[in-house]
Order: sequence, then structure tokens, then C-alpha cells
Amino acid sequence: MSDETRQVDDLRMTSLTKKFGDHAAVDDLTLTIPAGSFFALLGASGCGKTTTLRMVAGLEDPTSGSIFIGERDITHLRAFERPVNTVFQSYALFPHLDIFENVAFGLRRRGVKDVKATVESMLELVELSPMARRKPTQLSGGQQQRVAVARALINRPDVLLLDEPLGALDLKLRRQMQIELKRIQVEVGTTFVHVTHDQEEAMTMADTVAVMNSGRIEQMGHPADIYELPRTVFVANFLGQANLIVGTRAGNAGADVVVSSFGQSFAVPSERVFAAGSDLIVGVRPEKITILDLVDAGRVPEHHNRITGRVTDVSYTGVSTQYLVKAPWEQELIVFEQNVVVGDRSEVGDEVVLHWSPKHTFGLDGSSGTTVGVDPEVLELEAVNQSLVADDAEA
Amino acid sequence: MRWLRKNLIGIVAVLVLVYLFIPIAVIMALSFNNPKGKFNLSWNEFSLDAWTDLCGVPGVCSSFVTSIEIGLVATLGATLLGTMISFALVRYRFRGRSTTNLLIFLPMATPEVVMGASLLALFLNMRLPLGIVTVTVAHVMFIISFVVVTVKARLQGMDPRLEEAARDLYANPRAVFRYVTFPLVLPGILGAALLGFSLSFDDFIISYFNAGTLVTFPIFIWGAAQRGIPVQVNALASLVFLVALAIVLGGQFLGHRRRKALENPKPILVDTLSRS
Repeated sequence: MSDETRQVDDLRMTSLTKKFGDHAAVDDLTLTIPAGSFFALLGASGCGKTTTLRMVAGLEDPTSGSIFIGERDITHLRAFERPVNTVFQSYALFPHLDIFENVAFGLRRRGVKDVKATVESMLELVELSPMARRKPTQLSGGQQQRVAVARALINRPDVLLLDEPLGALDLKLRRQMQIELKRIQVEVGTTFVHVTHDQEEAMTMADTVAVMNSGRIEQMGHPADIYELPRTVFVANFLGQANLIVGTRAGNAGADVVVSSFGQSFAVPSERVFAAGSDLIVGVRPEKITILDLVDAGRVPEHHNRITGRVTDVSYTGVSTQYLVKAPWEQELIVFEQNVVVGDRSEVGDEVVLHWSPKHTFGLDGSSGTTVGVDPEVLELEAVNQSLVADDAEA
Repeated sequence: MRWLRKNLIGIVAVLVLVYLFIPIAVIMALSFNNPKGKFNLSWNEFSLDAWTDLCGVPGVCSSFVTSIEIGLVATLGATLLGTMISFALVRYRFRGRSTTNLLIFLPMATPEVVMGASLLALFLNMRLPLGIVTVTVAHVMFIISFVVVTVKARLQGMDPRLEEAARDLYANPRAVFRYVTFPLVLPGILGAALLGFSLSFDDFIISYFNAGTLVTFPIFIWGAAQRGIPVQVNALASLVFLVALAIVLGGQFLGHRRRKALENPKPILVDTLSRS
């Protein structure tokens, strides 16, 4: 498919808004998705990512705003007139047609006479040639998923939309399909817009990730950039895990902003601070923290941020060890340590010192609290745990 | 005792099946009888007379053909109307939709005697001559409800994303219907048609009220029962049963091959035949 050079255009949305009653599912979204990129729209359910996708597909009418492919306004084209195809969440394969006819469907509707060669080469691309005459229900989940991709891609759309395409697969198959999809995207060079709630999936597959929250884009960029330097509490919590410590702006020291919290001070490079007010949240990713026994406190590099605390939980996960460390102000910090040295682990009850480089620290706006973007179930669990601990203390 | 406990379910199942199929077996067996006297009630001697001369009794074949004709026309009309009603009820939001939903089932709940009698009153008031037209109109009326129930269920069970996928794949509204919606609803429509035909073919009460001088197969049998049912009736009934069985088995076979069974019309047909 890639032997033919063809003009691919950017997908642009300007002030795109969709309201259901009073609720804005998508709120004034302006976004350019470069041609040929693998773009992920990441967010929790109800954040508006699927609605955005459906508007691009033409399955939902925007309340206001426009959608362009290149210079062409497609906002008011109907779904079957758009150069856009979709891989649906549950694949939506036609159960009454065999695999060949499913894949040929789009070509036939556009009046293409000889579909055989095209369909066969497409089935080859997704490695399903022997299944051509089977019915969708006779295929496994992963195979159905590949049919759905083939059925959409065969039409050579300008943009391929993927709506949680791997949601129905088990973990191992999902990993496999992530690599597979990425391979297909590189091979055909079509713009892929991938909607998912799985942050790991978004980071593994996409060149560019946009994190969505209540109808807006919170942050957009290369997965590593967003992970290393989240600009909002939501992004810090939604993408991976983060230790967030509330504090106030205490002044500047050289190129660093000094934040004081709970009687301690932390340094954050000023270009890594994304807040104008005096309420600041200091953030650091768990794997950036080094854990040392208190007796070794002298080994902490001079400019590092540090916290002393007591280990409350150790879990060994093979690749790494996860520690929970209680800071003097009762907050539990999470630390990941690579299992490089065998038999040198801290234990529950150990007094330790945590330290990390200011380079890995980020400063966020402190006005909205530290729990935005945390999975509500996790919060609930934490609350239960805390009340259990409190009960223990009373007893 | 242990043997009994192990096989109890099988024994009960066989007993129930015997209970269900004995009437049909009796009808079939007696179609090969050469009765002594007028009444074909007790076994006399084996004979193929009824099978070799199916129309040997005056009126039996003409009434049979009449019933088939009415069944086909009424089924066609009711299936068409019922399918369109189902689409309207499932796909569109309009004023009076829920009321229509309710009223459409009323004919199913109305006692047939009442419906037959009131239809007769209606036709008389309209000065419509009783005959094949009035019977067909009456049949269409009561079959529609059954068609709507069946087709609506099929339509509601359909994944709306399939039609979206078709739209997404360059199918205009007409193509979506032709290549996706219709083929997916078709098994429901076929099931409804089979059910409708058997209801029409089987109907006695409503037909009797509105037939005038017209004689349908059930009306013929009822009339003949007074004087002794000819063996040909058994033969014809057996024939219908065998045809229905062939349709069901064929459908199951096709459905099995296509991994998608029809709406399973088997029990309905068997039930209808055992009564006719």
C-alpha cells in the first residue's frame, strides 16, 4: 500500500463543541493532528474523547465549530461522504458477511468493480488470508480486531479512527496488538487517531498524546515529555503515579523556585513550575526517588530535595520494589527502586531518607488539590485503609 | 433406585415427548386406515386409498386450497405491514408511540370469539359481502400483532454500531438498509411469516364468523366432524405436518450451516398441526 505516494493532509478541529443538553461533552476544542502521525486521545470515561472521535467520523453532529482535513471543511459532510474510517470499540463486524465481504464492504459501496486483489493484499497485511471465508463469530477476539482494522484501512482513508480498539482483549493479546497496530501504521503511513483510557497503551503506541479532561485537552505532547513534565495535577495523576506535596512559594534561589511545605523546603527549577499563584504543589515521579537508610544520610548529594520518613510497606514486584514511606506530616510517599542489588532492601519500620534531583521535580498549581485525576476507586480504597489504620490505633 | 435417579430426567423427557406427539402419530396412522362405516376412529385395515386419492371427497381439496391461498395472502400483507410498524416503533420517536406499542398487542389479548363476532358486525355494517376478502382482512388484522412482536425483538436486539459501521464505510442510507439492516432482520421477518401462516391456516373461530358461504380447511373439518371425518383429512393433515417438518429441518440445517438459527419456529408449527 505504501508504494504509492499520496497527499495526506492534517486533521484540524477549530472551536469544536458538542453539547448534550446543558452538558458540554466536548468544550471548545482546537486541535491539529499532523498528517501521518499516530495520535492518542487519552482520558477517563466521559471526558469527551469518544464524542470527539464520533464527530470526526460524522456519526455525531457538532453543536458548533469546524473540522477540516487539509483545507477541506468536512464538518457538514455525512458519515458516508467523509474520507475517514473507524475501527469500532466492539469491532462491529457484519455478522451476516464473511471476512472477505466484511473487508470488501467499503470498496463495493463506492462502486469498485474488481475488489479481489485489493482485499487479498489487505488480508495479507493483517495476516488473515486463510480466514477469508469464515464468519466473524468463528474468529478469536484478536483476529476480529484485525479484520476491523483491515475493513477500515482498505479504503485508504485520510484518517483512521480507533475507538478503544483493544479494550475487549486480554492483557497479553493487547500487548501484541499494540505492536501490530503500530507496525501497520508505519507501513501504511495513514494518520491514526486512537482513543483510549489506558495510559500505558497511549504512551506505548502514540507519537503524540493529548490528555483530555471534561471536554478539554489538559496537555498534549510526546508521551515522554508529558510524563516527565506534567503541567496539571490531573495529568500528573492520570498518567502514571506521582507524589504530590502541597506547599507555598517561598522565594527564588538562583534558577530555582523554593517551595516550603510542612517546615521543609524543596527546590524546583523555575521553568518546571506551572503556576502563577503562591499555592504550589511539588511533584516527583516515584522512580526518580532514591531511598537510603537514615545512617547513610551523608551520601545525599548537596542540592537534592530530601525527606526523612519511616517505611510502612514494601512490595516486591520482580522488576522493582515499591515502598510506601510515611513523611513526618503523615503523607505516604511512593518510591520505586530497581532491583539491581540483591538483598539490600529496606524493611517495614526502617527510618529512611528519600532524595531526588530538582531536575526531576515539577511545580503545579495548588488551588485544585492533589487528587484530581486519581482513579476514584483508588481514592476510596485509600480512605478505607486509613480508617482501618485509625481503628487499629484506637484499639 | 440409583439407576432411576440417574435417568429420571431422561424418562420424564421421553414421557413428555410421547404426550406431545401421540395425537400426531394417531392422525398419521389413521390416514392409512380403511374405516368400517363413516367414522375413522378405530383401526380396521391398512389402505393407501386416502393417499392415492387425496381429493376423493367432495370439498376437501378446494377448502384446503382456499386455506392455503388465504394463508399466503394474509401472511404477505401482515408481514409487510407488521415489519414497517416494527421499524416505525423501534426507530422513530413520535407522538402516540407508546400508545401504539400498547394497542398493537390488543388483538392478541382479545378472545377470538369476541373478535370474530365484532368483525362480523363491522363487515355487515359496511355492507361488505362475506367471503374470501373478509376472512383475509380479518387474518391480516390478528397476524400483525404477532409479526410486530417478533420483528421488533429482532430489531431491538441489533447492535446500532453495525449500521454506524456501514455508514462509516460509504454506505448511503439506502445501502445501509439493503446490505446491513435488512439481511440482519430477515430471520426475524421469516420467522414472523412462518408463524403468521400457521396461525392463519389454523384459524377456525374468526374465519367461521366472517366466511359466509366460504369453506376453509378448518371449517370443512368442523362440518365433516358431524358426519364422520373422511380419511383424506388425516392424509392432508399428515402432509402439512411433513411439509412443516421439512421446512423446520431445512431451516435448522441452513441455520446450522450459517451458525445462526432462525427464530426457531418448530414448537409453534407442531402445536398448530396437532390441533388441526
